This record gives sequence, C-alpha cells and structure tokens, in this order.
Amino acid sequence: MASIWSYANPKKFIDTTDRVLPVLSVLALAALVGGLVWGFFFTPDDYKQGSTVKIIYLHVPAALMAINAWMMMLVASVVWIIRRHHVSALAARAAAPVGAMMTVIALATGAIWGQPMWGTWWEWDPRLTSFLILFLFYLGYMALWSAIEDDDTAADLTGILCLVGSVFALLSRYAVNFWNQGLHQGASLSLDKEENVADVFYYPLLLCIAGFVLLFVALVFLRTQTEIRARRMRALLARERLND
Amino acid sequence: MPELGKYASEVLASYAVSIALLAVLVAVSVARARRLRRDLAQVEERMKRNG
Repeated sequence: MASIWSYANPKKFIDTTDRVLPVLSVLALAALVGGLVWGFFFTPDDYKQGSTVKIIYLHVPAALMAINAWMMMLVASVVWIIRRHHVSALAARAAAPVGAMMTVIALATGAIWGQPMWGTWWEWDPRLTSFLILFLFYLGYMALWSAIEDDDTAADLTGILCLVGSVFALLSRYAVNFWNQGLHQGASLSLDKEENVADVFYYPLLLCIAGFVLLFVALVFLRTQTEIRARRMRALLARERLND
Repeated sequence: MPELGKYASEVLASYAVSIALLAVLVAVSVARARRLRRDLAQVEERMKRNG
C-alpha cells in the first residue's frame, strides 16, 4: 500500500484522482438527489416549524461543510508549513471557494428559515456572527492567494491566515455551547437521543450530508488538479520567457 | 408536490437558491478544469516543438 505522502507527487495525485473522480461524482449526485428528494417529498412537517423543517436538508449539511472545509484547509496548510508539499497547499487553495459557497448557502438558507421562525432575517447571535466572520475569513483567504505572485509565499501567508481563522471555524461550531444565549438552537445531530432530530428527519438528513461530503471531496479533487496544472503552466511560461 | 402550506415560498426559495449556487460552483469548477487542461496541453506541445 502506497504511503499517503506519495500523493504529494502532482502526477500521481492527478492520475489517482482522475480514476476516482467519475465514481465520486456519480455517488455525490446520487446521494444528493436521493437525500433531497426523500427529504422534500417524503417527510412530514414538523409540529412546530411546519414545512420549513425541509430546509434542514440544505442548511445543516452546508453549515457542516462550511466548517469542515476550513478544517480540511487547516490540515492541508499545516502539512504545507511542516513538509512543504505543494499539492497540500494547492488543495487548501482549491477547497476555499467550495467552503465559501457552503457558507453562503448556510447563511442564505438560515436567513430564509429564520424569518418566519424568529421573525427576523438576521440576528447578531453568537453562532450567526461567528459564521459571518468565517465567511469573511474565506474571502480574505482567497484574496490573499490572488494578491501574492509567488506561490510559495502565498501558501505560507495563507497557511498562517488559515490557522487564525480556525478559531472562528471552531467558534461557529461551538458558539451555541460557549454562550448560552441567542436565537440559534443547539446541534441538530447528537449522540444524545433526546437532543437528536427525530428518525423520520434524521435518515434523509444523513443521506444529504453524505451527498454534500462527497460533492466537496469531488470538487476539491477536481479543483486541486486545476491548481496543479495552473502552477505548472505558470512555471512553463516563466521558463519560456527566460529562453526568449 | 407536497403541501407546503403558508411557508411554501420560504421552502422553495431555500431549495432554489441552494441548488442554483451548487450548480454555479460545479459549472465554474468544471469549466476552469477543462480550460486549464487544454491550455497546459497547448503550452507543453509548443515547448516540445521549440525544444
């Protein structure tokens, strides 16, 4: 069995992900469509929240991925900082727009859900506020990558930004527990049977989460391949300019 | 179509916004991947020709 570090070789990474991507994409699509159709068409209304409970199948998986995408970027950035593997830095860069989009979906569906339930689109609640700050970190992270010409310097600086932003990624997950105030409820998924959502909502939600996770992995693989190619092209064009 | 009652607009808006954003993300990622693959192949071919 190959060591995980062998995938730090860009060619090996592209060859392997090229083989995995079609299967991953089909699984992601099947889980997403299956979970959303199940949740939208075949689950009952909640006795308190009515049909708005159907928003859970988008809001919770998107919020979960928004936080975990940053955590994946953190791991990739730490690998870059310690081991200087370019593929890991490029994987972190590739994940950022996906994580940012997940954050937008979580914020948008949260606002649409919040309006009828809380009577407001937005509240400076600990979880909502830390989520908004996480989104701003995503924007800053992507802007920093684009602003610095040298790839290694950009990877170093964005890696540090990623370490700092992890505080807000964690805060957005645990804000409800840290500050027992605000409108947002606690976790929808819990090992505690009393806390967890009812089974009739739980299983389609799990399928939707699986779909979002698979979609995230597929997109990160595809976008990392693109970043590897973009980096190689910049290097080749620079060499060509030198030879001219 | 399930009966969504008085919250139909909120539920439908959530699904429309989310699915549209996911579709844009996938479309942009696939388009950029194809463009870079093609452009890199052209640059590599040109460099091979020019030695």
